Amino acid sequence: MLREMLRVRRFEERCVELYSAQRIRGFMHLYVGEEAVAVGVCDALDPQDAVVSTYREHGHALARGMPMESLMAEMFGKVTGCSRGRGGSMHLFDVARRFYGGNAIVGGGLPLAVGLALADRMRGQTRVTTCFFGDGAVAEGVFHESMNLAALWRLPVLFVCENNLYAMGTALARHQAQTDLALRAAGYGMVSWAVDGMDVDAVASAARRAVALVRSGTGPCFLEMRTYRFRAHSMYDSDRYRDKAEVEAWKQRDPLPALALRLRADGSLDDETWQAMEAEVAREVDAAVEAAEAAPTEPVEDLTRFVRSESAPS
Amino acid sequence: MTTTTLTSYRVAVREALREAMHRDERVFLMGEDVGAYGGSFGVSLGLLEELGPERVRDTPLSEAAFVGAGIGAAIGGMRPVVEVMTVNFSLLALDQILNNAATLLHMSGGQVNVPLVVRMTTGGGRQLAAQHSHSLEGWYAAIPGLTVLAPATVADARGMLWPALLDPDPVLIFEHGGLYNVEEPLADDAGPVDITRAAVRRPGTDVTLIAYGGTLSVALAAADLLADDGVDAEVVDLRVLRPLDDETVVGSVRRTHRAVVVDEGWRTGSLAAEVSARITEQAFYDLDAPVQRVCSVEVPMPYARDLEQAALPQPGRVVDAVRAVVG
Repeated sequence: MLREMLRVRRFEERCVELYSAQRIRGFMHLYVGEEAVAVGVCDALDPQDAVVSTYREHGHALARGMPMESLMAEMFGKVTGCSRGRGGSMHLFDVARRFYGGNAIVGGGLPLAVGLALADRMRGQTRVTTCFFGDGAVAEGVFHESMNLAALWRLPVLFVCENNLYAMGTALARHQAQTDLALRAAGYGMVSWAVDGMDVDAVASAARRAVALVRSGTGPCFLEMRTYRFRAHSMYDSDRYRDKAEVEAWKQRDPLPALALRLRADGSLDDETWQAMEAEVAREVDAAVEAAEAAPTEPVEDLTRFVRSESAPS
Repeated sequence: MTTTTLTSYRVAVREALREAMHRDERVFLMGEDVGAYGGSFGVSLGLLEELGPERVRDTPLSEAAFVGAGIGAAIGGMRPVVEVMTVNFSLLALDQILNNAATLLHMSGGQVNVPLVVRMTTGGGRQLAAQHSHSLEGWYAAIPGLTVLAPATVADARGMLWPALLDPDPVLIFEHGGLYNVEEPLADDAGPVDITRAAVRRPGTDVTLIAYGGTLSVALAAADLLADDGVDAEVVDLRVLRPLDDETVVGSVRRTHRAVVVDEGWRTGSLAAEVSARITEQAFYDLDAPVQRVCSVEVPMPYARDLEQAALPQPGRVVDAVRAVVG
């Protein structure tokens, strides 16, 4: 899990450089600080489980096993990107790995996850659909509709709320009447609890418990991950809405060094292993950038492909 | 020899649903009151008893969630038919229809198909006032990624669902609320119909009346009135609102040299505007007169009968429009 978190961190750090160099454009929302959530949750999932994500999904995509090359190429808008350059940072898809986006409408992925779970239930599958969303989504009407429907029909959905305390620039207490989000989900009659989202072990163990519960057929489960994003909402955000001291305080709880420290303490990580891991991840990032730079773009003649399927109705 | 039975539009839709659910176990129906109530327009009456609550699912009053869940279920390998009570309520699910159903295939570079069918009621004429009477299908017909169908006949009501379910992409079917009680003879072996083409419902030589859904009967009634005056009107039923079948429409106008579009949507930005523009783009030099439009008057639909009837396209207004172009 350390290695996975490191991959997400280094991938995004390179994305920032490439964004500044205008190699990556559009909106880009970074996950720095929240890596323990994606890595811990995905660690608890089986390959046949589904994941529905948001526009802040680089971490989810990597943790789900999507190749870094296909992500970087997508950031560059290249045809080798996971969405053939039509999605960009906010719309990463990989159906082979059951990764269903990359949804840039806040709360927009929630009913999709409910539907994927419904399909599994109706087809007699014991798969779990995991739906990531932020604290901002809790204010959307579709959040409540989706919670109600999933609980009413006892569908196999794991709702993972990444509570990073800010909906864009609006602090939780300024957008939620009830700031205990796990309590909100409990109101729908589903099992829910809050987890320290800065501790990857805590996340993974909570996720394993929740996934087992969901898979057993008792209905949906809700995990509130208490986490923090170290960077602004997006690359356009000047981050004026929060205290520097608050950010610094949370950085003291950075999940990456915290895990490294624990692993060193129990003797399973030494300097050599750590450096080798860093070097390997750096090579992976370099290779992804090189491949993305070299890749072609989709020919403009193919602009209108994939509006409708090429297999016409019979 | 094919025998026919006098069948209502409502029963035709029900039979199409029943057939689809028996043919493919992945097909299921969900929506508000589709089960125990039998459908708010009686379409699904009896299906819950026949197919059970897994296949005929009553949903909460949560348009965004159950339309979105339909999208997810379609992605997950099912073939959901989602009923939205009226097009007005569908606006609560517009985000899911536009931002997800219509968009996922393209946004994912061709990976995520959404084989979803959404059925909804549209149209006025039943004194249900502004929040239950509008014709917004033209708005949906403006969205790339969707197929939009409007069955105007009992045969189309019977035959459009199955090919829509075979489509790997989302299809919206608009059923005009005024049509459910209409009865027409239907072949006992009636099957799927072509969901790619418009249809000439009445051949004629002097003017083309272009209509769809609830306005087909208005156009046909106008054609009868015009026939009494010696004007021979051709009536084209669009049937498919997206993608539009330009060939049939423009082909007809090239023969008659005049066109009147009859559309229950509001005139501004209407589907009629799109059809009119296409005729002008493709057949301008074949036209003997400007294309005319007969649309709903631009008011929220009133309750009072006289006001409502005045707001809706009527055969008389179509006749007046034709007189203006036939001269």
